[in-house]
Amino acid sequence: MQFELDADQRALQESLRRFLTREYDFELRRGFLASPHGTSPAIWRSLAEQGALAIGLPEEHGGFGGPVETMLMMEEIGRALVLEPYLSTVVLCGSLLASRGRADQQADWFARIAAGSCKLALAHSEPDARYALDFVATTAGADGDSYTLNGVKSTVLDGAVADQLFVTARLQLQDTVAVFLADPRTPGLERVMYRTQDGRTAADVTLRNVKLPRASLLGDESDALPAIERSIERGIAALCAEAVGVIEALNHATLEYTKSRKQFGQPIARFQALQHRMADMFVFATQARSMALLATGRCSSGDAAQRRHDIGAAKAFIGKAGRFVGQQAVQLHGGMGIADELSVSHYFKRLTMINATFGDADHHVAAISEGILAEGDVS
Amino acid sequence: MDLEYSAAEARFRVEVRDFLRTHLPAALAAKVLGHKRLTREDFLSWHRTLHTRGWSAPSWPAQFGGPGWSATEQHIFDEECSAAGAPAVIAFGVRMVAPVLMAYGSPAQQGFFLPRILSGEHWWCQGYTEPGSGSDLASLKTQAVRQGDTYVVNGQKTWNTLGHLADWMFCLVRTSTEGRSQEGISFLLIDMKTPGITVRPIGLIDGEHEVNEVWLDNVKVPLANRVGEENKGWTYAKYLLTHERVNIARLGESKRELEALKALARRCRSDGHPLIEDARFRDRIAHLEVDLLALEYTVLRVLSEEAAGRDPGPISSVLKIRGSEIQQELTELQMQALGPRALAFVPEALDAGWQGKPDGAEWWAAICGRYFNMRKTSIYSGSNEIQRNIISHRILGL
Repeated sequence: MQFELDADQRALQESLRRFLTREYDFELRRGFLASPHGTSPAIWRSLAEQGALAIGLPEEHGGFGGPVETMLMMEEIGRALVLEPYLSTVVLCGSLLASRGRADQQADWFARIAAGSCKLALAHSEPDARYALDFVATTAGADGDSYTLNGVKSTVLDGAVADQLFVTARLQLQDTVAVFLADPRTPGLERVMYRTQDGRTAADVTLRNVKLPRASLLGDESDALPAIERSIERGIAALCAEAVGVIEALNHATLEYTKSRKQFGQPIARFQALQHRMADMFVFATQARSMALLATGRCSSGDAAQRRHDIGAAKAFIGKAGRFVGQQAVQLHGGMGIADELSVSHYFKRLTMINATFGDADHHVAAISEGILAEGDVS
Repeated sequence: MDLEYSAAEARFRVEVRDFLRTHLPAALAAKVLGHKRLTREDFLSWHRTLHTRGWSAPSWPAQFGGPGWSATEQHIFDEECSAAGAPAVIAFGVRMVAPVLMAYGSPAQQGFFLPRILSGEHWWCQGYTEPGSGSDLASLKTQAVRQGDTYVVNGQKTWNTLGHLADWMFCLVRTSTEGRSQEGISFLLIDMKTPGITVRPIGLIDGEHEVNEVWLDNVKVPLANRVGEENKGWTYAKYLLTHERVNIARLGESKRELEALKALARRCRSDGHPLIEDARFRDRIAHLEVDLLALEYTVLRVLSEEAAGRDPGPISSVLKIRGSEIQQELTELQMQALGPRALAFVPEALDAGWQGKPDGAEWWAAICGRYFNMRKTSIYSGSNEIQRNIISHRILGL
């Protein structure tokens, strides 16, 4: 058992941190945020040039690394509050492509992902699903050489910037879930685009008799739900790592602020009430990192029950830790904590949105709770 | 990164498990798992069994007769012992005074005391806290005055755990009032049979006898029983406090108690149904399971740091805070699982083998008292407020 990074991983971490510190500081980010979609073509290109968009992709398609490298990238994304659709494109759609894609689809899309010439989004969640992954009411009917899709996908992360959507739908004949690659400009596909609380984009997608060619089916007609669940597990592990980056940045910012802010003639960091609050924030941060490491380590585990349990537990804990650290960082910054001007409010919003993505703490605790009930049935 | 135990560590776990299966008496394990009263002999017989195997002092290096285990092996040993219901190692000798003797004791002290700690011949207790010196330990007043080749010790210690069973006490005393309060403290080893020592029980919240006041009235202690230098005792005491790192999380015990809580929730009924079917109660168990997993992987990270030869630093404060809070939440939920049954106070049912009325008391009588008793965990070994001070001073640099 060891939690060490190897020399290559440390080098990757350092170079990503150096790049983002230089090219994505809070003032530069403010500029990106003000652009129509919050993204920057130059940053995306730069990430591609550094190989960051190939992390976790199969080696035969020019990819490198695995969950640990993804964790390192996501932690830096968290620290710098990067707005690019990395999670959607590389982690979610990339892993789905790896597990389900046909050879021609893999050859085509992995090259584009790594080169930075496409942005992808997973259109899975539906208005009535909340966090349930197996709730898919969108239908796909086979119709000669094509499929016809009908349904609604909601809060599709990065849905406004994606030039290809990975749409999930229930095959009418088989009653199993399939994944389709859909160009958002396909007739019948309507995309309502909006910004998210934390400055990214999302879209609600309505599909009305959208005709997609047979070749747009990702892989074959066998049930894609297990692969979707595994991609989202990877996404959850990645979000946990991103949250760790955010939490550490917030703790650092809070510590520095309380050391410089003076009231009653002294830095407020001298007050024990604040010191103990920051100690508790540190306690949460330490454990949040442990849980992000656990989730990362479990990503490639073949034991499905343990994988699901531990990754869910990590997301639940990260939700609790993020809430505490986020709220307390704002509190300790006083009024400045809710000002747009400081990074604190932006970090807090990101942590809050991470909790609301792929299951909040209550959702994952409930799943573990159901598991506890089931343990009893077995014994 | 690798989350799995090595093949050698996995084999070690099997070896420990096999040993426990063949050597831990079922009746003793049942007492521990049922939180019955343990006698001195219960602890000592198990200590002797471990000693025969060479395992009575899991944290000791081989040169002093310990098994020379890595931090990870010690952790595995603790997990297996806890799960099986082995009595805990009495920490005061093996884990507390012994490391100080190894680091600062004279060859004579090491040669005399360490083998007797190992064998269980000497049961140790701690003489640190005084009525006026709790968190501010360095303000202690128990006085030791040199007279020829002895110290004459006068004063009072309190919250002394299991001192009524002990043969020896390691004790902090004041040998100088010059300079800072930390600078006039010495570390003495005191035979509990020395004339002038009076041990008086302190009644506790659960009605049990666990801790004592210890009065020292002209107690003569040979100079040879001072550890290290005069007035340097604070250094040794601090060494002792920071030496305890991983064990402070009480991970093995809490993992066992989480399973006990689940079993309890299956056994207790609510409106005629097993309580475990009540999602509101079960969700609270699930929260605790998540929190315990976060503690476990934090402990494992610390172990991995130690295995790589690095000092994980004051991270033990994080383990103390979370470990104690989780222990407390476990006992609280166990109590809550009992519902109104928690009200019944049947202390006689804490004796192993007791059979009587009310029905079932042999399995539920210990639970509520443990909730009350375990409030101690956030108070002892440096209160959790002191731990937060340590984090803010030594980690956050405030």
